[in-house]
Amino acid sequence: MSASTLIRNARILGGDPQDLLITKGRIQEIGPGGTLSAPERATVVEAQGLVLLPGLVDPHTHLREPGREDAETVETGTRAAAKGGYTAVHAMANSLPVADTAGVVEQVWRLGRESGWVDVRPVGAVTVGLAGERLAELGAMAESRAGVRVFSDDGICVSDPVLMRRALEYVKAFDGVIAQHAQEPRLTEGAQMNEGVVSAELGLAGWPAVAEESIIARDVLLAQHVGSRLHVCHVSTAGSVEILRWAKARGVDVTAEVTPHHLLLTDELARDYDPVFKVNPPLRTAADVQALREAVADGTIDVIGTDHAPHPTEAKECEWAAAAMGMTGLETALPVVQHALVDTGLIQWEDVARIMSATPALIGRLPDQGRPIRAGEPAHLTLVDPAAKTVVNPESHATKGRNSPFRGLELPGRVMHVFYHGHPTVVDGELATPYEEASA
Amino acid sequence: MRHLLDTVNLSREDAIRILDVAETMGDVAGREVKKLPALRGRTVVNLFFEDSTRTRISFEAAAKRLSADVINFSAKGSSVSKGESLKDTAQTLQAMGADAVVIRHPASGAAQRLARTDWIDAAVVNAGDGTHAHPTQALLDALTLRRELAARDGVSPTGRGLDGARVVIVGDVVHSRVARSDVWLMHRLGARVTLVAPPTLLPVGVESWPCDVELDLDRALAAGPDAVMMLRVQAERMQSSFFPSVAEYSRRWGLDAPRLAVLPPQSIVMHPGPMNRGLEISAAAADSPRSRVLAQVANGVSVRMAVLYLVLSGANTPEGA
Repeated sequence: MSASTLIRNARILGGDPQDLLITKGRIQEIGPGGTLSAPERATVVEAQGLVLLPGLVDPHTHLREPGREDAETVETGTRAAAKGGYTAVHAMANSLPVADTAGVVEQVWRLGRESGWVDVRPVGAVTVGLAGERLAELGAMAESRAGVRVFSDDGICVSDPVLMRRALEYVKAFDGVIAQHAQEPRLTEGAQMNEGVVSAELGLAGWPAVAEESIIARDVLLAQHVGSRLHVCHVSTAGSVEILRWAKARGVDVTAEVTPHHLLLTDELARDYDPVFKVNPPLRTAADVQALREAVADGTIDVIGTDHAPHPTEAKECEWAAAAMGMTGLETALPVVQHALVDTGLIQWEDVARIMSATPALIGRLPDQGRPIRAGEPAHLTLVDPAAKTVVNPESHATKGRNSPFRGLELPGRVMHVFYHGHPTVVDGELATPYEEASA
Repeated sequence: MRHLLDTVNLSREDAIRILDVAETMGDVAGREVKKLPALRGRTVVNLFFEDSTRTRISFEAAAKRLSADVINFSAKGSSVSKGESLKDTAQTLQAMGADAVVIRHPASGAAQRLARTDWIDAAVVNAGDGTHAHPTQALLDALTLRRELAARDGVSPTGRGLDGARVVIVGDVVHSRVARSDVWLMHRLGARVTLVAPPTLLPVGVESWPCDVELDLDRALAAGPDAVMMLRVQAERMQSSFFPSVAEYSRRWGLDAPRLAVLPPQSIVMHPGPMNRGLEISAAAADSPRSRVLAQVANGVSVRMAVLYLVLSGANTPEGA
């Protein structure tokens, strides 16, 4: 185990400066700023002006391994995660082969352990091969060393209502949750972008909001009927927010996620047909963006999920219709959240800790992630400089993907230090070394 | 004018300039020797990812009448299914010395991608991209209508727009790049455009377009438009429930003989071709003296000569798209 680290004058969740001593992977002591002294051989981190958050937990990451190592590997994806302030990610199941067996989820889990940058929690596919026909062996994945608790056919909707019902019911046996990609397939055949004023002008096949909203409405009713918990991935429309608000008021056990890009970007960006803005669900209107921000502020939306989706250059250097859907997001998530939600006064830093760490960990049943910052807790911690400003340069990112929609945008907030099991994975804004003990 | 990509971003001045040059080019077609030396030594590539013999030979005739060298590159299906990307295809043409690329592509925005990226330096002329835009078709429609209006008023068409003209465009608007390009161009030239279609064939968002929308063809025709443009409707659309049957479509939205008869004497009928006789247009309408379908074809060559001339010679004028 690494030696002790003393963090001096960090603003825990944006509060007054405090000192914090990390020993043996845990927070040993917290005291008022300038009161703790460094033990012998301890590393001292001067954190004046920096905000201390629990290590971020992403409920929605595409690490692409196995199968699309040209787009991303567990190693490069988790480096990107660490650089973005994360200490845990949920790896989506749409790999090749699909993560629909205990063998594949254990492989991903093991690769994560070997990499040592963050906890990698594999998400299991709901249906065999994401084909939407029959359930994958959910129990085997739950009992595997990967300990899967989140199941999703993400990228594809579990559209069959009976199959969705069964999945919701079945995972109760091991405290699992279905994370639904809400997209009615018939209403979105060939869909290219949000259906509305811009799609009408551009002649791109429209992706109606109702295709998302109708599935969410159905699923919250199903979840209530069978008494299961439901997680809704990447909510993108104002109508979805209204349905979720209604469902929560009714007591449905539903959580919802929004991506950073849906909190900032709109379908107007499609006007140049640059496929870097092509994503599923599509970028919507300014009114949707506003509704999503307000939904995070009032708790209707529970978590930020990056939907980090790296693609090789050629998948985006083409005509819009031929391009792959998806955007990178791990290394820009916190800056976008600060810009869209914190700097606008909609939420506070303690809310950031809740939506980017505590609640995602709770949904994924990660017991030692997203914990309160207090003595005795595991030292998964992120120090961010909220006053720093950075122009997004995808070429500088640790992910293999260069498909960031934020290229050239100046965003606030820089992740300066990250501690994973007390080990510094990021130092002074740059990747340091992985946590070695993880693979032991 | 550097490129011609759509009509949304084409100014009234640039549009009138193209039409005026097209009038001049049209004179060449009447000569014994139908050739000008204007683009001698320049290379125009017709890059067609979609079958369209009519549009391709129109561009080919236009380029040849201006003495340009023409290369026809039929790349149907090669972009995606055979693995070569649009970028590589375009860069190959660039390396062969293309000065202008005339692109027809099934994907909306393909022409814009070529023009907006650093893939090639050549001038890009959109010859139809997906369901987005077909600017030379809109320009030839405008040229046809402008001549008609000028002849009626006994004046020269040169320098004029389409001010005050009323145009009805009927049919499959949602899948039509022609409708999109016509609406913006004709609006900018001062015409009042009314779209008529079954609600299933109108895009969500059409209410933001600079035109009126009418669901009833008879009501639109009763207003006495100067021109009626019938869009091609594919019979296969009924398989996707856009309309119940060809017969019902034809009854409600087809230009048949009785509807033709209610039009004022000076109204003209246009169609971008190829026509589906008996579906959106009856033989009576297609062959009537009101029909300007062949004039449109002839004007197409003039407009494309004008566009090629302007993108290849007037390098420093404002970008018209």
